[in-house]
Amino acid sequence: MSLVTEATVRSEEKFRVTRSRRNVAWTGAGALIVVVVLALFPYIVYSGTTTIMVQAFIVLTMASMWNLLAGYAGLVSVGQQGFVGLGAYFVLILALHGASPFAALPVAAIGCGAAAFPLWWLVSRLRTGYFAIATWVMAATIMLIIERFSSIGGGTGLPLPGLAGFSATLLSAYTYWIGLAVTVVALTATYLLLRGRLGLVLTAVRDDEVAARSSGARVGLARMLVFIVAGIGCGAAGGLLAISQLQVQPSAVFSVQWTAEMAFAAIIGGLGTIEGPIVGTAVYMVLQQTLASYNAWYLIILGLVAMFVALFARRGLWGLVDEHLHVRLFPVGYWLHEPGAGRRRQRRRADGQPG
Amino acid sequence: MAWVNAIIQGVLTGGLYALFACGLSLMFGVMKVVNLAHGDLAVVAGYIAVGVIAVTHIPVLWSFIIVVPIMAVAGYVLQRTLIQGALDRSVLTTLMVTFGLSVVIENALLQFFTANSRGLGVGNAFITSSFSLGSQIQIAYLLVLIFAVAVVVLVGLQYFLSRSKYGRLIRAVADDKEAAQLSGVDYRHVFGVAAAIAFGTVALGGIAYGMYSQLAPTTGTDTILLFAFAAVVIGGLGSLWGTLLGGVVLGVAQQIGAQINISDEVLAGFIVFLAVLVIRPEGLTGRRARS
Amino acid sequence: MTSAGNGTQAGASKPLLEVRGLTVHHGQLRALDRVSLRVFPGEVYAIIGANGAGKSTLLRTIAGLHKPTEGVILLDGQDLTRVRPERRATRGIAMVPEGRRLFESLTVEENLQVGMTYARKGPWTIERVYELFGWMRERRAQRTAQLSGGEQQSVAIGRALVANPRVLLLDELSLGLAPVVVRRIYGMLPQILATGLTVLLVEQDVSQALRVASHLQCLLEGHTTLEGRPTDVTAEQVEAAYFGLGAPGPEVLGPEVPGLGPGPGGPGGYGGAGSPPVSRRGLGGIAPPEETGAPLWLG
Repeated sequence: MSLVTEATVRSEEKFRVTRSRRNVAWTGAGALIVVVVLALFPYIVYSGTTTIMVQAFIVLTMASMWNLLAGYAGLVSVGQQGFVGLGAYFVLILALHGASPFAALPVAAIGCGAAAFPLWWLVSRLRTGYFAIATWVMAATIMLIIERFSSIGGGTGLPLPGLAGFSATLLSAYTYWIGLAVTVVALTATYLLLRGRLGLVLTAVRDDEVAARSSGARVGLARMLVFIVAGIGCGAAGGLLAISQLQVQPSAVFSVQWTAEMAFAAIIGGLGTIEGPIVGTAVYMVLQQTLASYNAWYLIILGLVAMFVALFARRGLWGLVDEHLHVRLFPVGYWLHEPGAGRRRQRRRADGQPG
Repeated sequence: MAWVNAIIQGVLTGGLYALFACGLSLMFGVMKVVNLAHGDLAVVAGYIAVGVIAVTHIPVLWSFIIVVPIMAVAGYVLQRTLIQGALDRSVLTTLMVTFGLSVVIENALLQFFTANSRGLGVGNAFITSSFSLGSQIQIAYLLVLIFAVAVVVLVGLQYFLSRSKYGRLIRAVADDKEAAQLSGVDYRHVFGVAAAIAFGTVALGGIAYGMYSQLAPTTGTDTILLFAFAAVVIGGLGSLWGTLLGGVVLGVAQQIGAQINISDEVLAGFIVFLAVLVIRPEGLTGRRARS
Repeated sequence: MTSAGNGTQAGASKPLLEVRGLTVHHGQLRALDRVSLRVFPGEVYAIIGANGAGKSTLLRTIAGLHKPTEGVILLDGQDLTRVRPERRATRGIAMVPEGRRLFESLTVEENLQVGMTYARKGPWTIERVYELFGWMRERRAQRTAQLSGGEQQSVAIGRALVANPRVLLLDELSLGLAPVVVRRIYGMLPQILATGLTVLLVEQDVSQALRVASHLQCLLEGHTTLEGRPTDVTAEQVEAAYFGLGAPGPEVLGPEVPGLGPGPGGPGGYGGAGSPPVSRRGLGGIAPPEETGAPLWLG
């Protein structure tokens, strides 16, 4: 029902379906400019700022992954910190064997993707609520297993080797650049995935799972793909975390706080849109920086705001903007052109809105 | 003999886990809500007990008389407002809202009470001591008391659900809330009652845990929530005896794990949980779920 | 089976249940379009129509499970339109929902006890339901999931009866049941009506509906296409109204129902089930089919 209007088709003309092309070019150019400017930051700003930016990169990457999971695939995972920790530890292990942490990061991310396969097999049959806690248990289990190995630091962790040769400024610049690279790759990958067949399948599933399955959509496969991509993304964020903190401690990298931060950022920004996590991360960073001296307050406020948004402003901050201005920077939807209605377009909600 | 001791410890601890788990199981069975803040509520109850004891000087063992009703009322209110609101949106929303609640509670506790753990010092010398069976078996009276309380609560709950009017309404609403509406039942009110029971039982569990061990802001999620969930999955949904069995199996698995390697206690429990998830997802007493 | 009609004649008293201009939407789909009806005390009012015509939606809206976009629902003159479904039950509307919808993990007796929880005062008790359905007393401790379809239907009716409603809504009683069972269940209607109830029922089996109804309305795609007493309508009028064929509009009783012309053009795409059996013997005063050229219906 979702692509056809109430009125019966009165003429022989066909419906035309097109992708949004008009503003992608503008957004693409704009994004490129933004990335170039960001890349120049280490030359322009103090390293204190770039360090904060790295934090933002970590949260943004994780938030877009959580958005993929919850906003598109309908999977509320409270165990993504497992992948964050795994990513950090993969980098640590590779660095302990002599690799440069920067080179190790992409490998670590892929490793997390591989680890996501058996983990998906464990939890995939569970319904939503059970799925959520099961991912949490999984993350806790992974942490407990890793803590058994004293060669990688046991319960206390280890400093990250392989970065001693860099001067402080250079290290912070390289960390920043790799953080920027991770974020750009994550966002681009998300955008391309959702614009493609995967996005279509996920949207169809959200509208009507039974109908989607009977139309041939490989629902399980789509969800698994999202889970693995999210694993890769969170793993990359974890590797970045390790590099930025110069040490890997289990209680820090496996903390459920990461899931809290990525979930809240994604929810506040707006689930089901690509722009949402960007907005949400911005809100997160503002809150965190202003309330930094008040310890746990920023998480309390972030949590309360996220709860409020989930209940009353379901599409988040970006959703409010979208609703009033009809702007999509990274459009993944379709336009339906009705026959006989002139050039007037009718926009149908085929572009991935949550419930 | 050390192994027998471990098993006995495990069985008794299972009672505590069952106390944590029955509320989670009830809320999921009746309203399909997985309350991710479930464990944190136990910790909140413990902290409230600390406050109540300090103010009223009530003996620690009797603090539940004040705290459990408070938590039960809080449960009803929270269900009718927050959780029902989330339920009306979608299942995903309830997960996000209860997760948010969990984080807010934990960080609020952290903010106002620091990260230090605290216990409810029972004070009664008899209760804190233990008795011995043979040379290697030492059983704390407190643990036996907690197990007994857990069994009493579960029996009471079972009786309530199968014989009382509200128990019947809860079961009916769990089966088909729309049909219940047609019979004049306001299911939101019945959900509230179920939540009140869930909050009350987990509060009892939290106080018990505070007496037996220590409570810290993160205990709610690290320990209570994950263990409660593991007990429910291992035991199987839909039966309170299954929940007790699940708690016992979890407790025993943990103690056996601790015997093998002292730091593997928690891990052993999770591995059993994952094994059950893979081999028999409906749990030890569960029926194959109808889709 | 004579059509029931042992209540007051239409027009002699106030309607017990009245629906005016009810419009209901499911999302963008308009399921009901300005439907009206009046049910008088003691009547058996039947709503017929093909799949998707909006019959169940009408009943569910009256019971309170759907909110209408427009329109009014009145019970004994009191406006129920904004009243929550559970409160309508205590005001006197009880529905036996489509598909029975029993509490499957509860026993027969427990199902009835739930029905009694917020019951009004009246003649119906669990004991009386056991008397109505003779088999029930012995099986009262059995879980309803283990009962046959017909037995479940009986329990569902009993659950609604013990609430002592004034209006009993029956939604597709015949669904999934053997004809013999359906007949037996409908055979209970006189006993139910004798205790002062009024019945509004939805039925896909048109001949069954015509056998028991004192008044009927036919819906098609949410509109009323026919309204009147079974004795006053012909088989082909029913058929035309059911399928929306271009038959001349029948006489309509009740000024608030808009005049019926030929239905929307083209038959295409009506719901699945195939031709509804209409018994010629159930209708009074119809012309033999050879005269009108209408197809012979097999009763």
